[in-house]
Amino acid sequence: MHALQEKILGYIEKNSRIDLHELSVILGENEAAVMNALEEMENEHIICGYHTLINWDKAGIEKVTAMIEVRVTPQRGMGFDKVARHIYNYPEVHSVYLISGGFDFMVIIEGKTLKEVAEFVSSKLSTLESVLSTKTNFILKTYKDHGTIMTEAKSDERMKISL
Amino acid sequence: MRDPINHTIRDIKPSGIRKFFDIVNEMEDAISLGVGEPDFDTPWRVRDEAIYSLEKGRTFYTSNAGLKELKEAISQYLYSKYDVLYDPNQEMMMTVGGSEAIDIALRVMLDPLDEVLIPQPSYVSYGPCTTLANGKPVYIDLKEENDFRLTPEEIEEKITNKTKILILPFPNNPTGAIMEKEDLIKVSEVVKKHDIFVLTDEIYSELTYKDKHCTIASLPGMKERTIYINGFSKAFAMTGWRLGYVCAPKEILSEMLKIHQFAIMCAPTTSQYAALEAIRECEPDVERMKEEYDGRRRYLLERFKEMGLSCFEPFGAFYVFPCIKEFGMTSDEFATKLLESQKVAVVPGNAFGDCGEGYVRISYAYSLEDLKKALDRIEIFIKDLKSNNETI
Repeated sequence: MHALQEKILGYIEKNSRIDLHELSVILGENEAAVMNALEEMENEHIICGYHTLINWDKAGIEKVTAMIEVRVTPQRGMGFDKVARHIYNYPEVHSVYLISGGFDFMVIIEGKTLKEVAEFVSSKLSTLESVLSTKTNFILKTYKDHGTIMTEAKSDERMKISL
Repeated sequence: MRDPINHTIRDIKPSGIRKFFDIVNEMEDAISLGVGEPDFDTPWRVRDEAIYSLEKGRTFYTSNAGLKELKEAISQYLYSKYDVLYDPNQEMMMTVGGSEAIDIALRVMLDPLDEVLIPQPSYVSYGPCTTLANGKPVYIDLKEENDFRLTPEEIEEKITNKTKILILPFPNNPTGAIMEKEDLIKVSEVVKKHDIFVLTDEIYSELTYKDKHCTIASLPGMKERTIYINGFSKAFAMTGWRLGYVCAPKEILSEMLKIHQFAIMCAPTTSQYAALEAIRECEPDVERMKEEYDGRRRYLLERFKEMGLSCFEPFGAFYVFPCIKEFGMTSDEFATKLLESQKVAVVPGNAFGDCGEGYVRISYAYSLEDLKKALDRIEIFIKDLKSNNETI
């Protein structure tokens, strides 16, 4: 990875909305070079998307998120990847991680209601042939997400002027 | 009744911009670019360590000079970063901020009417502390054409046989100017030639955006005539902890320790335990904050260029010091009008010495978001000024 690419990623990971001109000024790099690097990284799928971090609780919109621990039997010749693909292809599935430790996959599901999530788990996930067991953990409150504290707003408590 | 007040202290003028400060503080919706402290929180692990030290009941005095482990850690840190080796037991002491160190160093070294060379614009305490120590402040006006660096000629011009100390306030508040190694070598030659001492206030040493910071104490023959002052406020975002340190030849330090012992006792114990964690573990945090400052610095300078506000490129601290002479008003008038019309607060340059007249200090210890908002307003303000000037 080039130094420039790393610099860009380090910055836009926290602020993807910044415009190209500002980004290049802040990084102290040539604007055309930054543009090319961004394009390249998008094409190579190093940059996979530009998402927004939302505090859904505060927005007053009902959402249910569950972290599901899944134990599976790996498929012959394919290992875990084939099972994972089967799971992640469902649009209801938000994330899938292969995990070391007491279970195999951590599957994160988002739904509108508890019932919707439960139904997906019981009818789709646990019925898969290779799935041995599931354990569904519902998220009750998000304190911090993507490095951002969600529960408290920061205010500037410094004196307005100091020498 | 008799006059209860000492004449020296009575004659020290309170800061002339107090009135301006009061207006800013009363205006609730004003955006301020006026602070002189970091916007970052003290790294959590430092705060956590302080809490832990309290839980463990570490609430007693430390030895007068400070915690041994902390001084040892600082000694290593200074050696590895700035190539200068201080004996933690005899040449170093923890103080209540860098400010205390400035005060007691001057009190220990000055005899009545000894002269202290103070480059300006600079932080406001050197002059008054010199006066309180019965010394005589002699100001050197730094010039924008030298990027506000101090030149050997400027020192020679002001030096007399009464000169005892040269203060070196770099990286500089308010200008953001730095002194690089070659600048310091030239200064050190003059200092040695005239047999004077240097009090170097390097509280912003971690925040430089060019080559590695160099301290004058590391130059040949300088350690024995240098009082080196630093602290945790700026680099580690620990202003309220009030913790600094001073390194000096043991003959000077042992005398400073007397005043410290009688007037202060010791630096805050909780802060010292917190600082131990900071200096051992928080290099990555300092690096991260510095990178963030640097990005803001570049952003600010680019915006100034776009709006046609003249500003030399500063490479240190977290301030820029644009020149406002073209608008035909004083720094005070500029700051007051900017505050009234756009509700943005900046600090008039003359707060840092007469030669700061014609400039304003803008701090970038703010999030990029806040800076943007403030700069948009400054841009409108400047556009108005420029179009008014044209019609006149």
